[in-house]
Amino acid sequence: MRKTLFESLTHRPFTEKLAIPTDPEITRMAAELDVKARRRLGRSLSLRLVDAGSCNACELELNALSNPYYDLERFGLRFVASPRHADVLLVTGPVTKNMREALLRTYDAMPAPKWVVAVGDCAACGGLYADSYACECGADAVLPVNLRIAGCPPSPNQLLEGLLALFGS
Amino acid sequence: MTAREPSLPDPFDRLDGRIVAEHRPWPRIEVQTDVWTEAAGRLSRRALDLLGLWGESQAVHMAVADANDPNRILVLSLACPEGRYPSLGRVHPPAIRLERAAADLFGLVPVGLPDTRPWLDHGKWGVHAPLAAQRSDTRSSEEYELLPVDGENVHQLPVGPVHAGIIEPGHFRISADGDTVVRLEERLGYTHKGVEGLLRGADLERAARLACRCSGDSTVAYGLAFARAAEAALGWTPPARAVWLRALMAEFERLANHLGDVGAICNDGGFAIMLAHCSVLREQVLREASSSFGHRLMMDRIVPGGVVTDIDAAGAARITTLMADIRLRFQRLTELYDTTASLQDRTVGTGIVPTELAEQFGASGFVGRASGRRCDARRWPGYPPYGELEFEIPRLEAGDVNARLWIRIREVEQSTRLIEQILAKLPDGPIRTESGGSSANTVSEGLAIVEGFRGEILIWVRIDAAGRIERCHLRDPSWFQWPLLEAAIDGNIVADFPICNKSFNCSYSGHDL
Repeated sequence: MRKTLFESLTHRPFTEKLAIPTDPEITRMAAELDVKARRRLGRSLSLRLVDAGSCNACELELNALSNPYYDLERFGLRFVASPRHADVLLVTGPVTKNMREALLRTYDAMPAPKWVVAVGDCAACGGLYADSYACECGADAVLPVNLRIAGCPPSPNQLLEGLLALFGS
Repeated sequence: MTAREPSLPDPFDRLDGRIVAEHRPWPRIEVQTDVWTEAAGRLSRRALDLLGLWGESQAVHMAVADANDPNRILVLSLACPEGRYPSLGRVHPPAIRLERAAADLFGLVPVGLPDTRPWLDHGKWGVHAPLAAQRSDTRSSEEYELLPVDGENVHQLPVGPVHAGIIEPGHFRISADGDTVVRLEERLGYTHKGVEGLLRGADLERAARLACRCSGDSTVAYGLAFARAAEAALGWTPPARAVWLRALMAEFERLANHLGDVGAICNDGGFAIMLAHCSVLREQVLREASSSFGHRLMMDRIVPGGVVTDIDAAGAARITTLMADIRLRFQRLTELYDTTASLQDRTVGTGIVPTELAEQFGASGFVGRASGRRCDARRWPGYPPYGELEFEIPRLEAGDVNARLWIRIREVEQSTRLIEQILAKLPDGPIRTESGGSSANTVSEGLAIVEGFRGEILIWVRIDAAGRIERCHLRDPSWFQWPLLEAAIDGNIVADFPICNKSFNCSYSGHDL
């Protein structure tokens, strides 16, 4: 272990430079949010994820945000364990009917002001599951969605781009 | 293992019925109730292994393998016009949840099933038995009774469906006496999306996309299993290069998942440095997947008839370099795990799955192999190109978190070697054939079993004369692993639940469909 730790003193970190939002759609959606978010919360946001029936691909990429390459926390964004601590609710999956209540309860447990980000095509519009007896049609059908990050699943860079847009570029 | 002992009685003996000609590659027979019940008895006596059980509007099917020769596979179908059939779960517990799910979706009643509570249906769909021939709008009850736990000082901890981390939803009811777990009960079904309903009437392209999204971490394996099932049904042969590229992607997926989970399990033991280093390796694999195959998770890259992306010489060279690099660096991380006593204190002897239970449930993947089970669908029953590749199938007896972790560490090594062999032997030629097989204009059926990183994925498909899906069933390996988690946690402390759960890493989405 000592060797591994010493090495990290001499090697450059894996962490990469800040990605700047380029997608005009995301920039547009974030424009209104930005003012409020910055005024109230500075440059620090706590995120809480609820998987509302995703296939777990979105979770894999959200988890990747914490790896040394992306190092989400350097941007002031962090995942928290309780909705009571969260400013932003990330929703993945088409919102299955079996998860609807749990999602709503999580949202209700968050203190205001709060924002909802639909992560991935399923949460954004229902994806392939739009016609299913077991699904709502995305997060929109249940919650007021402030921002959508498209992709199946969105890559960590797309996720970062979307989340950073919450602050404005 | 690969050939039957001639002295043993043949477990397929006298399992007779009408052979369904359009089913490939293994036989399917339509049987009467007595044969069905006889097969159930043989399952309970461990002469047969249960591979899957699924319903249709007026029939129920089970797939079984000879317990002594997993290359011999048979599908038995029982017509149930009255919507009732003799329960397998009555004598063979691994079938219970499958039968509960078939009851929820098709309204088929397993007679004698000891646990008749709904499983996937939480009473929220607004319809009862949504895939049955006659849908009824009577709502199912939202009430669900968890199993009772008696005893002084026993308290209950409800966990989920919303968990603290970035993971999938499911409910766990932990009953504990002080810090010791006396019972864990799982309640799943939260991510049920109605995939099998959406598959009905879908064309092959849409069906393949749905299959690829059953469980995102196994998207390649699902894509491969669906393609193989559809190709078996249609008598369609993918080009040689596609077969090898599929194996390349499948090993990439296995490698990425094992690397990520080895780090995550150690992190659940409070050892974050392993997570940091393993997640760097995982990220490098995903980035290479993105460069070589155009998608980090390689979703939708495998389609019936072949693959949609090819790699060039530069890509192959990059991958070879990456494999050598990963082996070197992962070797050091393995040593770090092996020499950190405080971490092993958390993993050794924790969450033991007894061999007997793993055998009874036919647990596949690292869960089965860590408990001494000899299984790997790449070899038994096997599919190309693995017959031309050399690899070892690691196996341990202990069945604890440590054993599951070591199986995965060994499989990282095996997958890097497999990737190098595949690149060395990759044949030239086209990567996709467009036209379907010979048997268009008739109904055809296919079955495929593929080894994902988690274990055996089974897909059964019936394609109608117009080339659309009439019925498709996808069985995730988690079906036979989730129940073992309940057993593994017994007598452990509550605080070890996360590390046990992570060492299984069962799929919620693949299970709930």
